[in-house]
Amino acid sequence: MKIAVRRGRLAGDVELALSVPSDLALVSEAVELVTLHTPSGILSPRRVQFNLRTVLAEALANAITYGNREDPTKHVEVRVEARADGIRVTVTDAGDGFDPTSVADPTAPEALEREDGRGLFVIRHLVDAVDFNAKGNAVCLTLRAG
Amino acid sequence: MTFSLKKDAKGVVVVGVDGQLIVGNRQELKQKVLESLDGGGRKFVIDFSTTGYIDSSGLGVLVSLSKKIREQGGDLRLAGLNEDLQTLFELTKLDTLFTIAKTPAEALAAF
Repeated sequence: MKIAVRRGRLAGDVELALSVPSDLALVSEAVELVTLHTPSGILSPRRVQFNLRTVLAEALANAITYGNREDPTKHVEVRVEARADGIRVTVTDAGDGFDPTSVADPTAPEALEREDGRGLFVIRHLVDAVDFNAKGNAVCLTLRAG
Repeated sequence: MTFSLKKDAKGVVVVGVDGQLIVGNRQELKQKVLESLDGGGRKFVIDFSTTGYIDSSGLGVLVSLSKKIREQGGDLRLAGLNEDLQTLFELTKLDTLFTIAKTPAEALAAF
């Protein structure tokens, strides 16, 4: 995997682009590549260590598993825009999309012992904003500075 | 190595998770713990003292392992969660499913 790093219009702005093959074994490497190239000083080291890494892993796993159905011929595109006011991460898969409002509450008593179904819930709690495109195959995660 | 397994004098299996427990390595943890369960291990402590992050797949594998261990009459306890990881268990309400100790030593002493 190769990450493209481009300077933005304003001093300090950085844009990253990474194309990840649909292989769950590559999630960890992709997360480390993105966090390594994300400029320091926008998010606290603790939010980079925990929030950014966790939501990247979640979004990539969802895109590879449910979006691309682990089809090795398909890729997940990751785009990161780092600006002084925060970081926006967009993860896009090649699937048909899904309805994010259809996801059940994983903290309901009957769901607690389920093995799956917590990904989007975790993402929503660790970032400041979550937005999907109309098709439902791209998620944009915003972490405000601090 | 991501996972290390050690048995203490009382036969409690302590599993260290180094770095992260996520979708890419959860099966390795599951396999190692289930092998130990098949080998007669019944008491397990998973030590997260050197863990940076856990995703929902990692949480899922802990839920699954806990169920399988309980079915065999055993017990799985967690220890060494930092503040962020503790919050993750609380917001997903998984803190109600697991016995969580501050340190591995505390978890071992409670068995």
